[in-house]
Amino acid sequence: MSKKELIVREEILGSNKKVAAEIREKLEAAGVLVVNLLSSPGSGKTTLLERIVETLHPTHPLAVIEGDIETERDADRIRRKGVPAWQITTGGACHLEAKMVGKLLPEIPAETKFLFIENVGNLVCPAGYDLGENIRCVLLSAPEGDDKPKKYPKAFASADCLIFTKSDLIPYLPFDLEKAGNEALDLNPRLRIFVTSALKGRGIAELARYFIESRVNMIQHQRHA
Amino acid sequence: MHELSIVASLFEILEAKARENQATKIVGVRLRVGKLAGVVPEFLQTAFDSYKQDTIAAEARLEIEEVPLKMRCRKCAAEIEKEDFVLVCPSCGSTDLELLEGMELLLDKIDLEV
Repeated sequence: MSKKELIVREEILGSNKKVAAEIREKLEAAGVLVVNLLSSPGSGKTTLLERIVETLHPTHPLAVIEGDIETERDADRIRRKGVPAWQITTGGACHLEAKMVGKLLPEIPAETKFLFIENVGNLVCPAGYDLGENIRCVLLSAPEGDDKPKKYPKAFASADCLIFTKSDLIPYLPFDLEKAGNEALDLNPRLRIFVTSALKGRGIAELARYFIESRVNMIQHQRHA
Repeated sequence: MHELSIVASLFEILEAKARENQATKIVGVRLRVGKLAGVVPEFLQTAFDSYKQDTIAAEARLEIEEVPLKMRCRKCAAEIEKEDFVLVCPSCGSTDLELLEGMELLLDKIDLEV
């Protein structure tokens, strides 16, 4: 018996990254922009998605994947809007992984232009898993507090866009929008920031436009590549 | 708390490497975990110790090397090591920083018995 030292230097989540890259490549070729929504539970991901769905559907065909630990509730809410939605129930796992999304790809209708993935409500674990998205959005609702970006740095550092939700509550809360925005920009100077209220309809049109423009950019970028 | 699923992915690699090298045992595993990897080393250790039971790595010792956040300023070329996550260059104030280290979650090395 002999000892052997094996230098590996492999990413532990490399297999997830590989699957995510395949998903991105496949959906980009099909003209589908993929958006991954991350936030803590109760920050308003599903309600925001309902407003986005109402804005984009049916002019811009979209599909939705809902991640939750249990229940079909969120997918049901989206289906009621007439949009295809799939529920992934992780049965306890705190995040979605690329292979879970990959399994659903054959079911996505050919005319789809946007795929929204609502991750399991959690501001920690989902940040480590690429799902093949083009845009990662992190949501922060006013009741959660303006100190969250630096407490959960990875989620904010790895996002492309920060969406403040429930902004209609800001007048009633000690929530400093500018402070929270600046903290997030410290972590990630390239963040695009949107201020929304799903209840009052604030910021929804701007956000929808951002997704539409991002898809146009993605397609133009492909043509040049 | 996704340390257990990270350990499950780690064991997929460990078992494949052990097979490729016809190892009889894995006696040591070294990881490099970045400060911004979103992983708690203590939890990783606990998850590893419970997962390794009845595997080829049952007697393996896990060593975790924590990697600080290291960046290079694209404007003034300063190399910066940081404890906080404020991505601003302390020398020139630029926010155009390139992240060199601190995000990684790497399997660095395995000690095998063959």
